Amino acid sequence: MFTPTYVVQQIINGVNLGSMYALIAIGLTIVYGLLRLINFAHGDLMMLGAYLGLLLLSATFTPLLLTLLIPMLVIGFVGVLVERVAYRPLRGAPEVTMLITSLAVSSIIENTMVMSVTAQPRAFTLPPGVNQLHTVAGVSFSTLDVVTVALSVTLMTALTLYIRMSRTGIAMRAAAENLRAARLMGIDINRVVMVAFFLGSALAAVAGWLWAAKYSTVEPFMGFLPGLKAFVAAVIGGIGVIPGAMLGGYLLGFAEIFFVGFLPPAFSGYRDAFVFALLLIILLIRPNGILGTATDERA
Amino acid sequence: MKGSTRNLLVGVAYVVLLGGLLWLAQSTLNNYYLRILAVIGINIILTVSLNLTNGFTGDFSLGIAAFMAIGAYTAALLSLPVAMKTASFPGLPEWLQGIAAPFLPATIAGGLLAAGVAALVGVPVLRLRGHYLAVATLGLMVIVRIVANNWQDVTRGARGINGLPPVSNIWWTFGWAVITIYVVWMIVNSPYGRAMIGVREDWLAAQARGVRLLRTRMLAFTISAFFAGVAGALWAHLITAITPSSFSFVITFNIVVMLVVGGMGSITGSVLGAVLLTLLPEGLRQVETALASGGAPVYGLSQIIIALLAALVMIFRRQGLFGGKELRLPGMVERE
Repeated sequence: MFTPTYVVQQIINGVNLGSMYALIAIGLTIVYGLLRLINFAHGDLMMLGAYLGLLLLSATFTPLLLTLLIPMLVIGFVGVLVERVAYRPLRGAPEVTMLITSLAVSSIIENTMVMSVTAQPRAFTLPPGVNQLHTVAGVSFSTLDVVTVALSVTLMTALTLYIRMSRTGIAMRAAAENLRAARLMGIDINRVVMVAFFLGSALAAVAGWLWAAKYSTVEPFMGFLPGLKAFVAAVIGGIGVIPGAMLGGYLLGFAEIFFVGFLPPAFSGYRDAFVFALLLIILLIRPNGILGTATDERA
Repeated sequence: MKGSTRNLLVGVAYVVLLGGLLWLAQSTLNNYYLRILAVIGINIILTVSLNLTNGFTGDFSLGIAAFMAIGAYTAALLSLPVAMKTASFPGLPEWLQGIAAPFLPATIAGGLLAAGVAALVGVPVLRLRGHYLAVATLGLMVIVRIVANNWQDVTRGARGINGLPPVSNIWWTFGWAVITIYVVWMIVNSPYGRAMIGVREDWLAAQARGVRLLRTRMLAFTISAFFAGVAGALWAHLITAITPSSFSFVITFNIVVMLVVGGMGSITGSVLGAVLLTLLPEGLRQVETALASGGAPVYGLSQIIIALLAALVMIFRRQGLFGGKELRLPGMVERE
């Protein structure tokens, strides 16, 4: 029953979903690496990106590329703003306080959206052509799928180069390794954290746009589950390690699609349960993830 | 007289006083206020027991909604009348079909199952440092909801279970609240509780002093889950109808806010936080409706205010109202 075309189709779907998880997971993992903060508001920035994209799309004169670039920039700055207002006053406080604050920020963003645009889901419609289906040798994919994968890979390559080569990128890696030592070496931690939030949030906005385009709908709580799953992806790859977030994102995308695609249909309802069961298994057998170094995460 | 004996007597006196007040409430208040009062009792149970993990042990659990759901569904399936089970649950296992358990054993069973699930989650997660527990327990919430949605034979899926016997009332919820406070207070003031606080303050030092980390954290987490399960059972039999979406993240978040407003690591703080933050949204809901002025009510406002409160407490008064200290009730003495 699993013909080669069917398998290829599942792989394409997996790459697609994985790309979006990877984009979200990067922001989570950078921030976790620097501040040991599980940023629960990250998924909501993704949601804001999707809404802003929708707003720009409905103004028909905006070129398609700009409906993606403007949310990237704006949400990047929103991320910086959130860090400045909510997280920076807590620098050096117990990790739990930041965690609670990020839950509060998440709730504030979501409910502000509920108040301003209501909780009703809205259709996210793309200009004609973008969702066009192509069929090559029995395998079908849309132009959007190609854009998703190409864009994600481009952005992730650019990010990797930036983190590897630029002074800020090197500073970021140093700060992630040891915040205090980095500060002693004269690294401006606030700047590094700011850049981290900008980059992470911008990528989340892209993921939000792509997610909304894929499922053709936006609603204020759409970021919760992808954000949570992206954290699972980051843990799979090794939390705090940027290539790990990408790897984890793709692995989780594949795992999820294969779970639905290759098991009897009765299981497909348990898709999300599978993801979190996977998290528990990973934490049991390899808590540092695939690319994570064996730091003493064990208590 | 020994301090502990004296405290016990004073404690009993307070419980009698509480009983008197509840009796007064029962005979004067209408159903709307009695219901709010019952919910206050449930929230006290949830906040005080969450304090054991999140406050005293320093592990951040976000599993309230999941454990409540487990407790609620378990108790509901046990307490439903047999006739209703045969009519609505044809697929239910034979042995469960024939049972219509009284409320108390059903509630305890709900708590025990929640504690069992907590133990399953705890084994992989509590061995680790870092706040993986927060994400894992949120994941558990998603899992529980999906199981409740898909396990048609037992949970009736999205239709949920309705027509539960409306046996829950202020006597049950405050009775359990008193038990919760007593148990948590006894644990915190025992060597186990000291070990928990040790784990929170400095796990390495605690370990060096012979504290078994996993066991200590596990104890706090499972006991906390037990009471959350109990609270879920009480809640289910108060509102008499449950669906998978009844147990959303909002519940968990609000209990966390009650905890941090009262002050993590303070039992009296938890009680006060639970009371204040149950009443606040009730008041705000009326504001939301009043603001409607013809249009739809401004949903979301009360939730924003609660979240804002949490963020402000974290930024400006991290220790909460009570700052980890206990309000000593008049008549009680410090334990020697």
